[in-house]
Amino acid sequence: MGNIVTVSEVCKRYGKVQALRGVSMEVAEGEIFGLIGPDGAGKTTLFRILATLLLADSGTATVDGLDVRRDYRKIRRCIGYMPGRFSLYQDLTVRENLEFFATTFNTTIERNYHLIEDIYRHIERFKHRRAGKLSGGMKQKLALSCALIHAPRVLLLDEPTTGVDPVSRKEFWEMLFRLKTQHGITIVVSTPYMDEAMKCDRIALVQNGHFLKIDTPAAITGSYAKSLWSVRSEQMHRLLDDLRQWPGADTVFSFGETYHVTIKNGYDSEQLQHHVAHCGHQQVLVQHIEASIEDAFMALSD
Amino acid sequence: MNQLKSFVTKEFRHIFRDVRTMMILLVLPVVMVLLFGYVITTEVKDIRLAVVDLSHDELTQQVIDRFSQNHYFILTGSAASAAAGRAMLEHDQADMVVVFGENFAQEIVHSRQASVQLLVDGSEPNQAAARAAYAQQLLLSVAQELSATMGIEQQFQIAPVTHALFNPNLRSEFNFVPGNMGMILMLICAMMTSVSIVREKETGTMEVLLASPLPPLVIIIAKLVPYFVISFINLVTILVLCKYLLGLPFAGSLPAFMGISIIYLIVSLSLGLLISTLVRTQLAAMILSLLLIIPTIYFSGMTFPIESMPVMYQHVSACIPARWYVAAVRKLMIQGVEVRHVMRETAILATMAVVLVSVSLATFRKRL
Repeated sequence: MGNIVTVSEVCKRYGKVQALRGVSMEVAEGEIFGLIGPDGAGKTTLFRILATLLLADSGTATVDGLDVRRDYRKIRRCIGYMPGRFSLYQDLTVRENLEFFATTFNTTIERNYHLIEDIYRHIERFKHRRAGKLSGGMKQKLALSCALIHAPRVLLLDEPTTGVDPVSRKEFWEMLFRLKTQHGITIVVSTPYMDEAMKCDRIALVQNGHFLKIDTPAAITGSYAKSLWSVRSEQMHRLLDDLRQWPGADTVFSFGETYHVTIKNGYDSEQLQHHVAHCGHQQVLVQHIEASIEDAFMALSD
Repeated sequence: MNQLKSFVTKEFRHIFRDVRTMMILLVLPVVMVLLFGYVITTEVKDIRLAVVDLSHDELTQQVIDRFSQNHYFILTGSAASAAAGRAMLEHDQADMVVVFGENFAQEIVHSRQASVQLLVDGSEPNQAAARAAYAQQLLLSVAQELSATMGIEQQFQIAPVTHALFNPNLRSEFNFVPGNMGMILMLICAMMTSVSIVREKETGTMEVLLASPLPPLVIIIAKLVPYFVISFINLVTILVLCKYLLGLPFAGSLPAFMGISIIYLIVSLSLGLLISTLVRTQLAAMILSLLLIIPTIYFSGMTFPIESMPVMYQHVSACIPARWYVAAVRKLMIQGVEVRHVMRETAILATMAVVLVSVSLATFRKRL
């Protein structure tokens, strides 16, 4: 299978802010490609360039073999774009929004109903409700339906699950899988959630307008070279300072309810455990763990 | 075509679902017409008149008597000189001073022409014009009468007379209606169009629309159509109110009036479109549109007569579309002139429309 999206050395600057500093990537047909990174990394800018809404300062990009600068009209017919914030008409009903976007693309709901059926049936019972009155998860399902109604070859989803409850997030990702497997739609998706990164076929780690790395999630976590330990105790706040003062600690990051610690050469976990106990911590738990995407991200962004 | 139809439907839904805005759109013109028609009236009554009679003869006395008999005028006093009369104006003891020259009677008898000086308080141009018009009218009828009684075959003149042929009483609402239409249509077209486009930018829906295959022209036309329709309804509302409520006769050609109104609507709509390409927030669009209304009020001739403006302001007023529209509507509606007499206004408005439409189409961005 060929590459349906290619980005080559793309730079984009807004005034003094350099949003993209020469990024390149290739997305194969039929894969879910994730852009992973914090806010302000440049993900939205890249989406807008791919959606032909912005022009890159330098570099080239193609979607389905079409140049984003020259063939923008054709590209607009074959992409489904879902911007980062909810961008449907809040004062129109669910059904009216869907109908409007269908006619916008010169199609009808009936013609491509098979594509959205799986998603739309979640919100169909609210079809006469105004979109502004839907919950966050429902809104995203409607937005996805609207982005899909014209059977696009590529879906560009900019942080579709931000601000969505965990159950709806899970459902949303299941829908993306089905779109990929049943309909062969290529999906480029960005997310700030590292757990969602694992669900992508390949991911690009984005920071400050750079791609740190592009690979499969497994390869990225697998390439994590250091030995990683999870540490917790009863007094988490004091523990952070104590860990940072230990000469054997290479990096210490807060990670949910624990700290992830990497150990320098010449030290080992027993010394770590000893140090923590020596500092007077109770109920200390030190475990060796596999690196997650976030650990890999932290390590790469150093 | 389907795209356009569905987009226009969507626009109308936005309007109908925002009940408050829709009510304002439909009720505003009614309120404006009633307000200007009944409440804010420049109709003049009880003109306080001071007389400066340097001639002291039978003729001037007759003229003065006629003024005092007329119920529009109240004789408040007399002065010994023109300067003294002017002082009365300055001290607000009179609204108007009539000055008869020393040789008034002689001039009439010998040359059949005598001049009378009318001094009016010009700080309120509309009222001053109206007062002067009353006085001139009165002088004219006095002159006619006197010539008849004196048995002079050839009629003599007392003053340069401008008879207000089309609105004999200078009823103020007649003059306000065209100005009102110019303002309301500009307000609704420019403000509502720009706000509705900028709203899509602000809420992010424009991003989706631009990333879709909708041609920008469809977006633009679909945005203009609903406000064109609403403005047209307003236009008809104003006409009906004028005819049946204010009793304003529609003197001229209705098709010509509609034609020039449509051109003016296009000008106003494209101004709204232009505003929408310049700003990013609804608030900014609203402020810019309001800034458009201010010159419309002051420079269109609806509040201040263009003739009494300084030359520089007259040039400014030439750039205001409402000026030409108001002028044309006055001619067509009140004076009832033939269509060829409004060709100049029509041509200027049409040129403005072409320029504005092309500029706003050219500046409408196909990307973010």
